[in-house]
Amino acid sequence: MNYIASPIAITIFLAFVGLVLGMSFFFARKAKSAEGYFAAGGSIHWFVNGIAFAGDYLSAASFLGICGMIAIYGFDGFLYSIGYLAGWIVALFVVAEPMKRLGKYTFTDALDAKFNSKGIQLMAAISTLAVSLFYLIPQMVGAGVLVTPLLGLPHWVGVIMVGAIVITIVATAGMTSTTYVQFLKGGLLIIFSAVISVLVLKDGLTMEPRSETFIPQTIEASSVTAIATKEYHGKTFIKVVDNEVANWWIVQGDQLQEAQSKTSTASGDTLYNGAPKADNKFKAVGYLTSLTDEEGTEIVKTGKVNIFEYFSFLDRSEIVRYPKSEIAKLEDEGDQVQIFCPVVTKGSDLLVPGQYFSTQTFVGKLNFISLMLALFCGTASLPHILIRYYTVPSQRDARKSTIVAIAAIGFFYVLTLFLGFGAMTHGVIDLESGNMSAPLLAKGFGIVLFSIISAIAFATVLGTVSGLIVAASGAVAHDLMDNFFSIKMTDTQKVKAGKTSAVVVGILAIILGIAFKGMNVSFLVGWAFAVAASANLPSIIMLLFWKKTTAKGIAWSIGVGMVAALGIILSSPKMYAQYGLDPLSALHTLDNPGIISIPISFIVLVVVSLMTQKENEGLEDIR
Amino acid sequence: MLHEPAVRQEKDNASDWKAKLGIKLFWLYCIIYMGFVGVAVFAPNLMKTPVLAGTNLAIVYGLVLIVFAVLLGLVYNHVCTKKENEMSSKQEDK
Repeated sequence: MNYIASPIAITIFLAFVGLVLGMSFFFARKAKSAEGYFAAGGSIHWFVNGIAFAGDYLSAASFLGICGMIAIYGFDGFLYSIGYLAGWIVALFVVAEPMKRLGKYTFTDALDAKFNSKGIQLMAAISTLAVSLFYLIPQMVGAGVLVTPLLGLPHWVGVIMVGAIVITIVATAGMTSTTYVQFLKGGLLIIFSAVISVLVLKDGLTMEPRSETFIPQTIEASSVTAIATKEYHGKTFIKVVDNEVANWWIVQGDQLQEAQSKTSTASGDTLYNGAPKADNKFKAVGYLTSLTDEEGTEIVKTGKVNIFEYFSFLDRSEIVRYPKSEIAKLEDEGDQVQIFCPVVTKGSDLLVPGQYFSTQTFVGKLNFISLMLALFCGTASLPHILIRYYTVPSQRDARKSTIVAIAAIGFFYVLTLFLGFGAMTHGVIDLESGNMSAPLLAKGFGIVLFSIISAIAFATVLGTVSGLIVAASGAVAHDLMDNFFSIKMTDTQKVKAGKTSAVVVGILAIILGIAFKGMNVSFLVGWAFAVAASANLPSIIMLLFWKKTTAKGIAWSIGVGMVAALGIILSSPKMYAQYGLDPLSALHTLDNPGIISIPISFIVLVVVSLMTQKENEGLEDIR
Repeated sequence: MLHEPAVRQEKDNASDWKAKLGIKLFWLYCIIYMGFVGVAVFAPNLMKTPVLAGTNLAIVYGLVLIVFAVLLGLVYNHVCTKKENEMSSKQEDK
């Protein structure tokens, strides 16, 4: 799609960025001490902290990734909503209060509270850095995805812009400014997502597509002359020149169906439906081909519906989608051509799992269980979430803020269904970027709403990235420099070390964000959860519930869990595709490592702890 | 290196009791969550069954998991706060 920046969008965006930076400078005076910088002085109100939790947690993966995945694959995207929210149960019932009781600035403090072990300090800091960087990638990719339609700028500019703003936020006021940025964006994201969801229900479902939506023409094959014919996975495509523009058609018996295509020419140009992007020939997709009432009678539109009526109508409809698996990739006279093929899917098939995560095969079942396990166990192991327990005054506040977070996040996740399915059926999906589905749905309701939503989405990235960078800088300055290397630092020097670390991590995040352009942001976050769940959760759980846990057991468990999860991910079919290799030649068929790496981490902890019991003699039980 | 919390905290006399309750509620939720994963993996067609006002089991089960998490959290907080107050007043009486 060709995006043209609107003055309203630019104004709202600049106002947001100005507000966020203004807040950071305002709070800068509170970040003079290490306690102020890393934990906001432990003085944040539980309600503010709860919404900030939501702002921290509802990242680009939730807003852009989940909605985008639902818009293209249906219910499978909602699995992330369910899994992410369920993870908060582990955080609330198992982790929240002990973490608050045992820790100081980072979750390493809590793990190390009983032992004061160099091994734990090193491994937990490395794990924090690894998880934070893994989590940073999709956020930065999301930033790049957003600035293109919002400001008409290229992907890499968006990534650098987010990096620069976040470095400023974190380096000026650390956890305090981060908290209020997250509070602001968390609240606004939920409110405006609710507004769009209400508009989706008010519109209901309709068979009358928007004028901007691509509706393919069907013509007699004999009425045109093909200048090229290509085969791809059993489908035949022909190239036809019309008004000096060459485009591709899909052969369906003696009929031809118009297709949308993207051609990277040998001379380095990119053509959309045979013309430059500025010609606006490449359209948004997604519309209904069938809609019936309860008696099975075809209707044109439903009008206003309630939540249950919406799903009931959707269940009986048929929808045209463009999944990635249906993109034909051809070579034509040195040009690389992608042809986007439509698939008509029954609504009833889109409202159950199976379009993205197939559970028909053994490996499919394993991948599914593995993903749901990692999402469930991951939340309570994310360092940037765990550090938020140190910003409130008491354990009671830690618990209350977790409940506020669950309510706010849960409400948002319910809304992802309407944002995702709304985009799927409103003809707003950009074939090149499923991640943009929710903002583009907002655009369908007007440019002002689109501008606000895009600015909030941008703030979403800012909030989460700030949290991640605070966590990573805490790992470097507090866990590694202060604790592990025992570098003697004054309080001011600690803050300076934290700020310097924030700048370095921010620059690294920019580089990774540019390198990983194009991957689904929710899928990437799924991996961050798997690494966190494998490296951190077994240690947290066993420290709290098994008194024989030793320092070496924890250190080994973190190391092995992290290496196992990363190893499985880096050798997975999805990563092979990212390397440009054939996914079928991958070392194994597992895309989600949790089901293997989490149990391995537990086993290593138990075995090493049993082997090193002598080390626990004389230590106080901290449970 | 000390690892004390960022701010001084009041003594929590109810922490053991809360931890035990937390584990019980965790397993309760875990079983319901596993039920969802189990149905999705081993009986996916069951997910298509309409169960509430024409809405299928997959959507209803998903929404129930979200709403139940919030309700369970509220109940947990209510009970824990009550217990904390009770324990600290007992402590004061001593």
